[in-house]
Amino acid sequence: MAIWCVDLALDRWRLAEGCARGPEALAAADAAPLALIAETAHGPRIAATNAAAMAQGVRTGVMLADARTLCPALAVRPADPAGDLAFLERLALWAQRWGPWSALDAPDGLVIDTTGTAHLFGGEGALLADARRQFSARGLAARAAIAPTAGAAWALAHYGAHSGPDGAILEGDDPMDRLVALPVAALRLDDDVLLLLRRLGLKRLGDLAGIGREALARRFRNRRSPGANPLVRLDQLLGRVPEPLLPVIGTEMPMVQRRLAEPIRHRELLDRVVADLAADMARLLEGLGQGARRLELASWKVDGEVLVRRLEMAAAARDPAHVCRLFAARLDDLDAGFGIELVRLRAPWTEPLVMGQAELDAAAEQHGTSLAACIDRLTVRLGAEAVRRPLPRASHLPERAQRWAPALEPLPGLQEDFAFHERPLKLLDRPEPIAVIYEAPDGLPRLFRWRGGVHEIARAEGPERIAPEWWRERSTVRLRDYYRIEDSTGRRYWIYRHGLASDGRGGAPEWFLQGLCA
Amino acid sequence: MSRITPLASAPVLSPSLPSSALPAGLQRGLASSAKSARWRAGLATGCRHAEVFAAAGDASGAGLALALARDALQREEDDQRPWLWVQDKAAMRLSGRPYRPGLPVHLRHRLIHVAAATPEDALFALEEGLRCRDLVFVIGEIAGNPRSLDFTASRRLSLAAEKHGTALWLVRLDARADLGSARMRWRAAAAPSPPPRWNPQAPGKATWSAELFRAHTFQPGHWTLRDDGIELASDPVITTSAPDHGDLVRGSGARSLAAG
Repeated sequence: MAIWCVDLALDRWRLAEGCARGPEALAAADAAPLALIAETAHGPRIAATNAAAMAQGVRTGVMLADARTLCPALAVRPADPAGDLAFLERLALWAQRWGPWSALDAPDGLVIDTTGTAHLFGGEGALLADARRQFSARGLAARAAIAPTAGAAWALAHYGAHSGPDGAILEGDDPMDRLVALPVAALRLDDDVLLLLRRLGLKRLGDLAGIGREALARRFRNRRSPGANPLVRLDQLLGRVPEPLLPVIGTEMPMVQRRLAEPIRHRELLDRVVADLAADMARLLEGLGQGARRLELASWKVDGEVLVRRLEMAAAARDPAHVCRLFAARLDDLDAGFGIELVRLRAPWTEPLVMGQAELDAAAEQHGTSLAACIDRLTVRLGAEAVRRPLPRASHLPERAQRWAPALEPLPGLQEDFAFHERPLKLLDRPEPIAVIYEAPDGLPRLFRWRGGVHEIARAEGPERIAPEWWRERSTVRLRDYYRIEDSTGRRYWIYRHGLASDGRGGAPEWFLQGLCA
Repeated sequence: MSRITPLASAPVLSPSLPSSALPAGLQRGLASSAKSARWRAGLATGCRHAEVFAAAGDASGAGLALALARDALQREEDDQRPWLWVQDKAAMRLSGRPYRPGLPVHLRHRLIHVAAATPEDALFALEEGLRCRDLVFVIGEIAGNPRSLDFTASRRLSLAAEKHGTALWLVRLDARADLGSARMRWRAAAAPSPPPRWNPQAPGKATWSAELFRAHTFQPGHWTLRDDGIELASDPVITTSAPDHGDLVRGSGARSLAAG
């Protein structure tokens, strides 16, 4: 739903003056010609006019001096665009009664998402009627329309002919049926683009839709901004491309206060009150997940004065001791007079601040760190790849039978490990080739040489044959015959022969050392 | 669960304390020099920082450190906290990484492995691990004599271990026994294992020839230690005659069944 406050600036002026709309109103102020003026570099310029001034020929946008020649009785008031915008923001929050979120359409419009909420009001017609009734009850002239896209609703609200009872509701399969008659200004284009289109002779949306996409795309090929490209606006109107809107979200300023039974005049008592307020504020901000960047401490005195002390912090904080320490320096020149009866602490500027661990280092120094903190410290310095735990994997290949997982990953549910296979305590990262001297041609070697040392095999157990995983590897991968051996000095290793002499998958089998037994 | 009192908290040098109040092996000073105890397997040493010097070409250093850690842990069986194994890059290259199926059954699911790139990183990881209250013990493996592992670093590790009560077993691969503040210093080498009963041609239970060459509270000595899967058994002399009967009798240790 798009809402256009037709006369927002003047409606605000009327509300402020307390007079009703129209020439027949009892207030004479609106019956006389009146204009709101904005100061520009070339002098005052008319920003808004009422109906009486309009009838005299005063238009918005002309210089005040020119308008005075047409209508000498023109009364002027200064315009207040900032106030209008603030009013519009509050209006957008108020308009969330019809939908979960609303967006500003500066300077005088609103867009409200009413998807799925119309049935709460008894249909879209009833929703529109309710909106019109509420706006007129507030004394605001408004035009509202409902359409499937924000662009179409805006076009209908600004330029649609509100003839029938549901003329402001866009329904049906093809939205262009109703929209072809609207002027091209309904596309929310910039003024220079509108001028260009008028010179090209394209006045209606139907004209634009009729000349084809290619021509429009070529003519506006270097216009990136949606407001300068009629094709993008047309697609947004029809819902072919998304149009993100920035919703208005109401936030409350955190505020805590203490009323004092007896006016206080002494600094120690005030410090006590400030400490209480800081603790309350910390609790409040903690609940919101926020930290204060700016704090305001206001104290109301008995004799009718308000003393305000402001504080800004470099980073969002809510620690009560920190806040008290900062305020203590600012309260030195506070003149309590006959006493302070109300103290209020507000946080006008807050930023998200997550919950922090209190006194991490001191606690760790005394009781040791927790496992998660230890892992965090190790990971930060050594990298996540360095701190891991071995987890079993369902594979018979020794180097595949374990995988390395993050240190705190839970143990997956697996079957029991094989208990009847002895496995080495440590495994080399890649098996190292060893030179062997056989006793028999295809049996266990008698000697092997590894890293320059000669090992004489005294005892051995094996072979334990581990076939390659044919479902994962190529067909030429050779099998392995593992032997657990102990050499003459008692060193125990895990070696294997890679392949058989007769398997036809390479030459003579090679020997590797893969594991070191305890 | 009764934790062993760390050495630092026991007033061992107080003259008013009768010497019988302390277990043998914890006495220091004059009382210990006269007749200090001999270490034996299963003794509650209370030692929080031990070094094992071993060759990098076999896994005897890590195996003995793990066996000593398990031996010190015997009294805390229901402890399910994880343990840390820190290796620097040279140690990993020389002697490989721990292999889960080969670890003791009660320890393999609790291992957290730290692969440090340099000895400095390994020392940092060791100290952080000692400060963690959720680790049951820490095993470190550092190859050679890096410049960063000097007496100061060793003393740091000792203090951290004794302050937080976490045991550190530091394996020094191919290292010279230079200055260090470890309470017990071992030298380990592989020893021929006893032949298993059912297949005498196969390698038996892991056996090491271990020499305790420097200790605060124990006499130096030489043992043949064997990890029979249940507990650490120690033989004062190397015996090759006693056959291993497998796991027939729990807790029989090195004692032969035939010998009664």
